[in-house]
Amino acid sequence: MLYREAGQFKTTYAEDMAVFPIRQDRIALVILLGIAFVGVPLLADFDIWPFGTDYLLRAILLPFLILALAAIGVNILVGYCGQITLGSGAFMAIGAYSAYKLATGVHIPIAWFDFAISIPPLPVLPSILLGGLTTAVVGILFGIPSLRIKGLYLAVATLAAQFFFDWVFLRVAWFTNYAPSGSVNAPTLDFFGLNVGTPIERYLLCLIFVTVFAILAKNLVRGNLGRQWMAIRDMDIAAELIGIRPLYAKLTAFGVSSFIIGVAGALWAFVYLGSWEPLAFSIERSLQLLFMVIIGGLGSIMGSFIGAAFILILPIMLNLLPTQLGVPLSTETITHLEFIIFGSLICYLLIKEPHGFARLISIGKEKLRLWPFPY
Amino acid sequence: MNGVPYANGVADYYNLVNERDGGINGVKILFEECETGYATDKGVECYERLKGKGPTGAAFVNPLSTGITFALTEKTTTDKIPIITMGYGRADSKNGAVFAYNFPLLGTYWSAADIAIQHIAKEVGGFDKLKGKKISLLYHDSPYGKEPIPMLQLLAKKHGFEFAPIPVTHPGVEQKSQWLSIRQNRPDYVLVWGWGVMNGTAVKEAAAVAYPRDKMIGVWWSGAEPDVQPAGDQAVGYKALMLQHGAGKFPVHADIEKYVYAKGKGASEPGKIGEVLYNRGMVNAMLGVEAIRKAQEKFGKKPLTGEQVRWGLENLNLSEARLKELGFEGMLKPIKISCSDHEGARDGRVQQWDGKGWKVISDWYTANQSETEPLVEEVSAKYAADKKIQPRDCSKES
Repeated sequence: MLYREAGQFKTTYAEDMAVFPIRQDRIALVILLGIAFVGVPLLADFDIWPFGTDYLLRAILLPFLILALAAIGVNILVGYCGQITLGSGAFMAIGAYSAYKLATGVHIPIAWFDFAISIPPLPVLPSILLGGLTTAVVGILFGIPSLRIKGLYLAVATLAAQFFFDWVFLRVAWFTNYAPSGSVNAPTLDFFGLNVGTPIERYLLCLIFVTVFAILAKNLVRGNLGRQWMAIRDMDIAAELIGIRPLYAKLTAFGVSSFIIGVAGALWAFVYLGSWEPLAFSIERSLQLLFMVIIGGLGSIMGSFIGAAFILILPIMLNLLPTQLGVPLSTETITHLEFIIFGSLICYLLIKEPHGFARLISIGKEKLRLWPFPY
Repeated sequence: MNGVPYANGVADYYNLVNERDGGINGVKILFEECETGYATDKGVECYERLKGKGPTGAAFVNPLSTGITFALTEKTTTDKIPIITMGYGRADSKNGAVFAYNFPLLGTYWSAADIAIQHIAKEVGGFDKLKGKKISLLYHDSPYGKEPIPMLQLLAKKHGFEFAPIPVTHPGVEQKSQWLSIRQNRPDYVLVWGWGVMNGTAVKEAAAVAYPRDKMIGVWWSGAEPDVQPAGDQAVGYKALMLQHGAGKFPVHADIEKYVYAKGKGASEPGKIGEVLYNRGMVNAMLGVEAIRKAQEKFGKKPLTGEQVRWGLENLNLSEARLKELGFEGMLKPIKISCSDHEGARDGRVQQWDGKGWKVISDWYTANQSETEPLVEEVSAKYAADKKIQPRDCSKES
């Protein structure tokens, strides 16, 4: 009853092709965006629990949004195009470091010609976007092996990217502007003369990025390009036979995905951490992103958000719960418990629903359509 | 791992103050632990979670990771919460005029590097004998391990020894290739800047390539029981710097056993009380408590904000007599912190592992300020310029 579509007739092609063809979905989305854009800042502004402290905004919502954005990028590559990657942490790092270099000014002396390439420091917004673009270029380069190798072999090739860039950012002092400790500081966040400093401003900034990229990605995967990716994912030989060029489809998937991951990396470094070292983008980050996509649902934009929430927020909740309930446990026990419960939950979920949360939700929707008369 | 005994020492000392004295001048200490797993983003999350706790917010934070210290430096300055990084963190944050809220108490890595070279000079028979010697630094490849490099490069240039940094990737269990290169080059000394499993592995690998353990000198984070015990007899002879204190029991430990462990509130196994890291946690907690006590003299005997506690830290002056009162006599030297000097003391000794315990084998060394100070000035000035910070005028602070 709740999800009855009866009476929603589509009379034009435009309506038929809408992103959200069902009215209930549209309403839900508007409400969600309303809460995210207006509700949360208002609640935080009036110090209403639990938004009264910065904790929720700064330590939960901010990383959630940024990692969800990265998960969208990974989902495009892994979920839509079927190219397994273990290098997403490295791509985040490329986004972060190239944005950092662009925001602090690039200087490449070329000794043989007595000449230097110099780019003055750019404002933060172009740096972040150009950081994404640099990542896209690198992503395409590392996507080239995907034309020859598939599946696990490709995963290993992207793993090489992970180790290579970990090494580069640790060793090549140029990337860190010769910081003695190898840890770099993000520039102050000035957007069009506005300093984005408070948690609410930072949250809104990330929210805008995430919304724009999620809508773009959603449209992209529905269109020509997305269909090519999915054809390649489902069976590459068949796709080739019906006239899809694997070169173009795979490399665009690598490019788009890396662009989004790169932007997410730049945001993670600039907006969330503020100061970082290559360890912030280690192999663990790659695995975390891959888990988000698998748990959330392969080939689903919404799944990326749910996966990010599950992987990021659940451990924190498990960690907080004993203290909140007043159960006296030592920090070590809580940490061990967190790992145990979290691990078992993942196992249980993947056995029960290998297609992740996105599939669970669509089953829920189906059931709601028939409710209260299941057959 | 190495963080656990440290945290136990911190918790036990706070409990001692609460149980024995009923808090600091009647104000009970609230504290909370958070397991960061040495991950920067987890550390930021923990900081945000804990900073607002208690009636006035956090009085200070101890991140116990140089990477997290870097990430928190700016946040704590905005939030006005002091960040106590005893024996770790940014070496340039000694300059309180620029880093208003960072307190690398008792010693920075640059002081440590200077002390290590002083000790080596003594062993080889004078600074002039350092010329032509080879000294390698085996370091954890993170901001923590890289911190001493600029200082060592400076000293290498000054004394004419050959300096070679050798990185080990996190967490440090893979060191085969590094030790092969050490075997080839045969450096006269190997400094170890490791953490956790890396230290034990380094000792074992050194034994495997027959590099003499008594030519290895670890920093104070590479010189505790968990670092050498796994290596067994292979670790005999290994040396490490001391952050003033070593292992052992002092009058304060008797109080801890009486007021905390007798009531069943102890955090650690009783047998581990008095180990190096446990003692370090206690010293760390004591300095924080004394800073709050100092601040209460000015702001009243009530819970204080981070900003007020910072005043307490900047005016902290623990004399020999006060340390004796606290039961820390023999463990620490007097320490005096000021607005411009957030380090307070820069003394250290060297200890050696004999298979059962750590033995102090050297006199006190004091890091040479004329070596470290120019570097502190240079690097912190660059930070201030990058961040557009106007350094405070310390002569006007009261």
